[in-house]
Amino acid sequence: MVDVALFFSAVLFVIGVVGVLTRRNAILIFMCVELMLNAVNLSFIAFSRLYGMAGQVFVVFVMSVAAAEAAVGLAIVISIFRHYESVDLRNINLLKG
Amino acid sequence: MPLPLLLAAATPPLAGTAADWLWLLPVLPLAGFALNGLLSLAGAFHPGPADPSADGHGAADAHAGGEAHADEHHAPARHRFAGATSVIGPAVLIAAFGLAVAIWMAMRDAGEMSAPLVQTYFSWIPVGALHVDFAFQLDQLAMVMVLVVTGVGALIHVFSVGYMRDDPGYPRYFAYLNLFVAFMLVLVLGASYPVMFIGWEGVGLCSYLLIGFWFTDKANADAGKKAFIVNRIGDFGFLVAMFLLWANLHALDFVGVAAGAKGLAFGGALVTAICLFFFLGCTGKSAQIPLYVWLPDAMAGPTPVSALIHAATMVTAGVYLIARSGFLFAMAPVAGLTVAVTGAVTALFAATIGLAQWDIKKVLAYSTVSQLGFMFIAAGVGAYATGIFHLVTHAFFKGLLFLGSGSVIYAMHAAYHHTGKHDDAQDMRNMGGLRTALPWTFVLMWIATLAIAGVPLFAGFFSKDEILAKVLERTTDSTLASATWLGLPGEFVLRAVFILALAAALLTAVYMTRLMLFTFHGPNRTGEAERAQLHEAPWIMTGPLVVLGILSAFGGWLNVPDPLGALGPVHVLSHWLEPVTGAATAMVGAEHEALPATEWAMMGGAVLVALAGIAIAFWRFKPAALVPKALAKPATGFTNVLEHKYYVDEIYDRAIVEPIVDGSRDILWTGIDKGLIDGLFVNGSAFLARALGWVGSKLQTGQLGEYAWALALGVLAVLGALTLR
Repeated sequence: MVDVALFFSAVLFVIGVVGVLTRRNAILIFMCVELMLNAVNLSFIAFSRLYGMAGQVFVVFVMSVAAAEAAVGLAIVISIFRHYESVDLRNINLLKG
Repeated sequence: MPLPLLLAAATPPLAGTAADWLWLLPVLPLAGFALNGLLSLAGAFHPGPADPSADGHGAADAHAGGEAHADEHHAPARHRFAGATSVIGPAVLIAAFGLAVAIWMAMRDAGEMSAPLVQTYFSWIPVGALHVDFAFQLDQLAMVMVLVVTGVGALIHVFSVGYMRDDPGYPRYFAYLNLFVAFMLVLVLGASYPVMFIGWEGVGLCSYLLIGFWFTDKANADAGKKAFIVNRIGDFGFLVAMFLLWANLHALDFVGVAAGAKGLAFGGALVTAICLFFFLGCTGKSAQIPLYVWLPDAMAGPTPVSALIHAATMVTAGVYLIARSGFLFAMAPVAGLTVAVTGAVTALFAATIGLAQWDIKKVLAYSTVSQLGFMFIAAGVGAYATGIFHLVTHAFFKGLLFLGSGSVIYAMHAAYHHTGKHDDAQDMRNMGGLRTALPWTFVLMWIATLAIAGVPLFAGFFSKDEILAKVLERTTDSTLASATWLGLPGEFVLRAVFILALAAALLTAVYMTRLMLFTFHGPNRTGEAERAQLHEAPWIMTGPLVVLGILSAFGGWLNVPDPLGALGPVHVLSHWLEPVTGAATAMVGAEHEALPATEWAMMGGAVLVALAGIAIAFWRFKPAALVPKALAKPATGFTNVLEHKYYVDEIYDRAIVEPIVDGSRDILWTGIDKGLIDGLFVNGSAFLARALGWVGSKLQTGQLGEYAWALALGVLAVLGALTLR
């Protein structure tokens, strides 16, 4: 049971990573980050079967942080969109050296 | 027998006498320096230094060529406090001389002084085992020097009042002059080599300041720098000698070194090295080959400075140093011979240059170098008292000659100033026939000339004759004669020294008579209008000349030789110096009782040489045939070589100065400073930082995807490394 959960957790994580690496749309990247977070949550749950409740407590923390991050992140995305009228990250390179 | 000795040790023989005021000797001129310095700062008439072309005849010899008389009829800009300086400047010297005489009388009354009186004032350098006190030492040798320095110094200070009064830098001049005397007294009174070195360096500083007194003229400032730098080379020798003394004897005070010197190996490498390094210091300060080149240039200073510093006192410090270190030099015959040979070669070399100079002060400068050579001959052969005797008589007659030349230049400059003519006030070709205009100077300078030439019964006759006699005496039965010098037997070297000295004595008579002939005899070449304006200097200037004239005429009575015992008590000075130098002199060679016939023959020979020199000058130099400088044709042949001083300055320039300047510019400046430091280190590190920054900035693309890729690959790499470990 645990190994199945960990396998899916890994799959979910890799989907998230690939999404972050390949997508250009800020919203999509944002959603892929959420995928990665939830993949980690899944591993926590799976491991809590073996090592006790600490993993589930962590999941609660991760979800609350993810919620806060989603609020801030989406706000940033909205202001980027207002400025550039686009959320394509290829066009947004203010930090270019 | 020990009882009187014990008593003497319990109460120093000079306690309660004027000798307790020994410390006041240098403090008096030091106070004069402070007061005059304050006056100079407080009442600066001009913000800058005196422009010698704009002031009155006070700056008589500032301009040899007289080319820069821009503002000829400018009123003399006398300093606001000139009056106060005229009192303070000479007064401190006269007071010091009075004190010196009082101390001397106390010493005379105290009778035989077996040990010097050492007064310690404070601990100066207490570092570990090295402990140097600031202490003065009074003994017979120091006393002679103090009397000469304060006595001749006081006369020259009085002369300066007349000579420099109209100079805007008058208080500054007297401040330097007072400071010089203070340092000179520290030099001769110091009880150890380091204290002596304070004075040694201090007089060098004052010499520099006074040579460049009119420093707005670059030539004068350069002459000062030259003197200072050349003297540094000599001072290096002095320092090394002190280091060697400390490292080997663990003593630097004269009493301690004298005691320790007895334990050194006679003629050993160590004592010879110490003596030779000390002598290197002497060649700098006392202008001997190879470091004499600064002294002729030092004539750029005011003439009284040339008289005091560059003739009578400071330049004789080397002779004093050797006489003071007689206990070392007597142990090192090779060093003694080196001193004597250097002195003899210098004496002859400088005398030949003196034959062809036209600047009256340059002739006297080379004459000084030559006479210092004579003193070093005496010091080298261990006749320290004789060297000091010549030092004293030389202070009299050379002081007189310089002050006399100052009087001549003063008159010439005043005449040129009056008529507005621009010409060289120091060139003898522009003088001639001054005997009618300057009768006092004329007579007094002839006395000095006869004295320096060695005409009997004048001061120089006694001292120079004694030097020649001592050299000859040392050729038999002395440590010098049995030593080997550069593979030559000492006896042969001494005979060569004698012949060189005799030749130099002949040339001395020639060039001095030439100077007198061209300056005072023959027709006048100053020009019609100027001739009427030539007149004797005021009494404040001729007065000191008269005193020095009397001393030059009768100074020889200080040390009358045995055959002339009819003249008065014999060997007064030698007996006086006996407790200080006697032991060292006796170590070099025992006193011979020379046969009277030999002594008379020697004396006759010396007189013949002097008279022959004067006769040659009268026969060879015809003042009537001279033309003024402006019309003179350039000299040819050997005379030209002499006029250019054997091109020694040029050779030194080419061999030493230019390589140093070129090396400094090409290697040190453009190579190391501009190339390595500025180029590689400063600009190189800036370039490196900029290049790294450029590379770093290229990594920052601003593309989020690329950052994400870098992040992911980094995580993979770390995980992979951890997994595959």
